[in-house]
Amino acid sequence: MTSVATPGLVGTDLGLTPAGRHSALDLVPKAEAPQSARDFASAEEVRWCPGCGDYVILATVKSMLPQLGLKRENIVFISGIGCSSRFPYYLETYGVHSIHGRAPTLATGLSVTRPDLSIWVVTGDGDAMSIGGNHLIHALRRNVNMRVLMFNNRIYGLTKGQYSPTSETGKVTKSTPYGSIDAPFNTMSLTVGAEATFVGRALDSDRAGLTEVLLAAAQHRGTAFVEILQDCPIFNDGSFDPLRKEDAASRLIHVRHGEPIIFGAEGEFCVVKQGFGLGVAKTADVATEDIVIHDAYTDDQAYAYALTRLSEQDLTYSVTGIIRAVSRPTYDDGVRAQVEYAKSVTAQDLQETLNGQHTWTVS
Amino acid sequence: MTQTFDQQAPVKPGVTRLDQVVIRIAGDSGDGMQLAGDQFTAEAAAFGNDLATQPSFPAEIRAPQGTLHGVSSFQIQIADFDVLTAGDRPDVLVAMNPAALKANVGDLPRGGILIVNTDEFTKRNLAKAGYDHDPLETAEFEDFQVHKIAMATLTAGAVESVGLGRKDAERSKNMFALGVLSWMYGRPLEAIEEFLEEKFAKRPQIAKANILALRAGHNYGETTESFATSFEVAPAALPAGTYRQVTGNTALSYGLFAAAQTSGLEVFLGSYPITPASDILHELSSHKHHSVVTFQAEDEIAAVGAALGASYGGALGVTSTSGPGLALKSEAIGLAVMTELPLLVVNVQRGGPSTGLPTKTEQADLLQARFGRNGESPVPIIAPLSPADCFDAALEAARIAITYRTPVILLSDGAIANGSEPWRIPTVAELPSIDADFAVAPHGEGDAGSHLPYARDPETLVRSWAIPGSPGLEHRIGGLEKENGSGNISYAPENHELMTRVRAAKVAGIPVPDLRVDDPSGNAEILVLGWGSSYGPIGEAVRRARLEGHSVARAHLRHLNPMPANLGDVLSSYRRVLVPEMNLGQLSLLLKAQYDADIQPITKVSGVAFRSDELHEALLAEFAGTLAAQELEKTPAATAAVVVR
Repeated sequence: MTSVATPGLVGTDLGLTPAGRHSALDLVPKAEAPQSARDFASAEEVRWCPGCGDYVILATVKSMLPQLGLKRENIVFISGIGCSSRFPYYLETYGVHSIHGRAPTLATGLSVTRPDLSIWVVTGDGDAMSIGGNHLIHALRRNVNMRVLMFNNRIYGLTKGQYSPTSETGKVTKSTPYGSIDAPFNTMSLTVGAEATFVGRALDSDRAGLTEVLLAAAQHRGTAFVEILQDCPIFNDGSFDPLRKEDAASRLIHVRHGEPIIFGAEGEFCVVKQGFGLGVAKTADVATEDIVIHDAYTDDQAYAYALTRLSEQDLTYSVTGIIRAVSRPTYDDGVRAQVEYAKSVTAQDLQETLNGQHTWTVS
Repeated sequence: MTQTFDQQAPVKPGVTRLDQVVIRIAGDSGDGMQLAGDQFTAEAAAFGNDLATQPSFPAEIRAPQGTLHGVSSFQIQIADFDVLTAGDRPDVLVAMNPAALKANVGDLPRGGILIVNTDEFTKRNLAKAGYDHDPLETAEFEDFQVHKIAMATLTAGAVESVGLGRKDAERSKNMFALGVLSWMYGRPLEAIEEFLEEKFAKRPQIAKANILALRAGHNYGETTESFATSFEVAPAALPAGTYRQVTGNTALSYGLFAAAQTSGLEVFLGSYPITPASDILHELSSHKHHSVVTFQAEDEIAAVGAALGASYGGALGVTSTSGPGLALKSEAIGLAVMTELPLLVVNVQRGGPSTGLPTKTEQADLLQARFGRNGESPVPIIAPLSPADCFDAALEAARIAITYRTPVILLSDGAIANGSEPWRIPTVAELPSIDADFAVAPHGEGDAGSHLPYARDPETLVRSWAIPGSPGLEHRIGGLEKENGSGNISYAPENHELMTRVRAAKVAGIPVPDLRVDDPSGNAEILVLGWGSSYGPIGEAVRRARLEGHSVARAHLRHLNPMPANLGDVLSSYRRVLVPEMNLGQLSLLLKAQYDADIQPITKVSGVAFRSDELHEALLAEFAGTLAAQELEKTPAATAAVVVR
C-alpha cells in the first residue's frame, strides 16, 4: 500500500487515487435491447417468510440489473447456505446454490476462467463470517473480480435462531439461553482489514441507497463487499430498529465521496479527526474545514478503518454508502496475464513437453 | 538428447554381466541423495535399461544432521528385462554416514556390496546413530563386500583447485559416490556433467567442484584395486518407441495437459500444498503455456470449490491432494455429484489416519474415495498402477469426468508419485479426443420451450451441460435435491427416490474395459488380484512363483468404480482369489460384498510398499495352506505387543 505521511491526511485527496480505473464490466458482453426487472424474474416461487428483508433486496437487485445493460446469460449468482442463499433461484440468470460458506471459492474459480461474466456472491452473516470466514478474507486480499452481497440479519435463520458472529454480546437465542458470550465482528473493520478494495453498506429498506452501492459494486474491478443490513422477522425482529425508527438520522451516517460527512435530521452532527482516528462532533461546535471530506478512493486503509469504528457494535453510529473503493490489480486479471505471458515466452507444444530433455529410442 | 542402442552390446573383458541390479544410496537428508539417485537413473534410462526407482525421505525437511530420522535414501533397480519394481533389497548399499548405515544395512543380503563414507564415522556421529562402537572396526559386516572410502577427504582433495572452503568442497561428496557407482556399472559421465553445468550455470565454481568430484569417484573405482570387477547391465528389450524417465506425479500432470488439449477445455487446478501431492501443483504451475491455470488456495476446501466453480464455467476443474485433504473436500465433491459437473480429484494416498505418515505410502483411502461422503454419493474411481500409467489414468479420469459430468477420484499413492520408470512417450496426435458436448440450444421440453438442465441422454443418463454465456439456457443448480428434468428444488419423496437411483445408475453404467487376466498356463486355481501401486511387486512375485513351476493367475484393477463387467465371472472361475493391499482389506471388503468368491486378503500397513519377496512368500504360504492363518495372526500379534498400562 502506498502511504504518505502528509499533514491533513484524513479527508484530503492525496492524489493517490489511480487514474484510468477499469470497470468490472469491461469484458462482459452488453445486451442488445433494453431490459426490465421482469426479465430477471425466474419462474421459481419465492419461499422466504412473510416480512423477510430478502424480498425487498430481491426487488432492488431485479431493478438494478437492467441498469447494467449486460447480457443476462453473462451474469452468474453464486450463493452458500442460509436463507439469503436461496437468492439465485429467484433470478433468471445463471446461478449456483453451493455449500455452506464456500460460495467465494466457486466464484474464484469461475472468475479466473471466465472474464466475460459478471459474478455475484450472495451470502449471509453466518455463511460469510462464520463457516466461510476464511474464504471471505482470502477473496478480499486477492481481490478476485466478484461482488459479495452479505445479508446481515445478525442471526441464523434457516437453522431456526441461533446467534451468529455478528450478534451482539449477551444475545439470548436457542443456543445461548444465558446470553451469548461471543464478541461480534465489526463487519466493516474486518473487511477493510482483510485488504478489501471495495466496501459498501446499505439498509435493506433504503432502496435508493442500496441501488447506489450495488451499481458501484457492479462496476468495481476486484472484490466488492456489500453489507446489507436486514431484519429476520421470525428470529431477530427489529434488530436494526435503531437505524429505522426515531433518532435513526442521528445514527445513520451516509457517506458520499468528496462530500463532507454530516448527518442528523438537521445536519447537526459531523465526523472529525479525533485522536488516532475519527469521531463524531456537533457541526455547530467545529470549523467547517475540520469536517472530514469523505474520500472513498484513498489507498490509506487507516481512514476507512477509522470510519468503521465511530462507535461500538451497538448501532450508535452506522456508516452506509461507499466507504472504500480503491483500485488494485485483481487476482483473476493477474492469473490470465501470467498464462498469456507464459504462452508468449514458451513456444513449447505439448509433444515437446512430453518428450522432455532426455529421451532414448528403442527400435 | 536421443540415443539409439544396439541390443547386442558386447561384454568387455574384466566385466561381469548382470541381468539386473538393485542399488540403494543413503545419507543425511541434506546430502543430496535424491539428486545423485536421479542422475544415476537418468544415466541408466539413457543407456536403455529398464528401471524403476523409489525414493524414501523423512517428513522433516532438515531433520537433525546425522540422526536416524534424518536419513534419506534412493533405490533403483536396473535390468535388461522389464522390471516392475525398484527391487526388494539392494545388491549395493552406499551409506554416507553411520545413521544411513544403521537404517539400511538390515536390508542388505549376505554377499552384498557395502560402500561407506568413513569420514563421517566419528565418535559423535556413531553415537547419534546409536552405535556405541564403530561397526566398521568389528567383524559385524564380514558377510558383505565392504568398501571403506574416505569420500569427504577424497572429494575435498579433488576439488582443491576450485578454491572452495572445506565445508563447501565436501558437499560434492554425493557426486563422488555417483562417480564410483558410474564406474562400477560402466556408465559414461558426460550426461551428468552436462546436467551439472546446466544446474549450476550461475555458480560455475560449484559446477566445477561437482564435476571434479564425479570424475574423482569414477577414477577411484578404476585405479584403486578395491573393486575386483565392474558390472554391466545390458539394455532391456522394451517395446519399440521413444522413451523417457518419468515419475508418477509428473506423468499425472502431463495427463492433465493432454486432457486440456484433447478436450479443448482449459484445465484449472485448485490445490493446497500437501505431501506427497504438491509436485502436481508445481508441475502444472510451471506449464501455464499449455492452457493451464493453477490456484494455490487458502485451504483444501477452497481448492476444490474453485475447481468446481471453474468446471461450472466450462473448464476442467481439477484438485490435487492427499488423504487428509480428501476428507476436507468431501462436501464439495458431494456438490459435484448433485450438480453433475465434471471434477477431477487427485488423491495421492499416504499413510493414515489423520496426519499419519506424510512421506510414506498406503492404499487405505479406497473406502474413503468410494463412500466418504454424506448420502448416496456415487463417484467413479481410477487407480494408476505404475508411475508411467499415471498419464493414461489421468487422461481416462478426465474423459469420464467430462463425458459423464461427474466427479472422478484418481487414487495414486506415495510409491507411484515419487517412483519413476521409463515411459513410452505417446504421440499427441494419436490421443483420443474428449467431447464436452455443451448444450447450445434448449434441451428437454420445459415451459415455453425452456431449457431443462437435468434432461438426460436416455442411454448414458448424462445430463445436459449448459455453461454461463449460453443465451436462453439460463438455469440454477445447487446442492438441494433437483427435480427430475427441470432441476428446480424438489423435496418430493418419489423424486428423491428417482434421482438417487438415477445418479447411482449413471455412474454404475459407465463402460469400463473388461478385466484382463494373465494366466499363461490356463489351469491356475489361484488368482492374485491387486489394484494401484502393488502392480509391480505382485508381478514379480507371480513371475517368481511361475518360474518355480506354480500355476498362478493375476489380474489388476484400474477401475475401482464401476468395476469391470466381467469381474464377477473372473472371480468365480478361480478357487481362491488373493488380494494384496496396503490396508486392512478394503478391496477385499468390496469384493466380498458384491461377488460370490473366496477372497483372501494379504494386508500390509507399514507405510512401505509391498516387497515382491513378501508376496512371493505369501503365495508359497497359500500353496502350503497356511496363508489364511498367517493373515489372521497379524492383528492378534499386534494387540499382543501393545504396551500394557
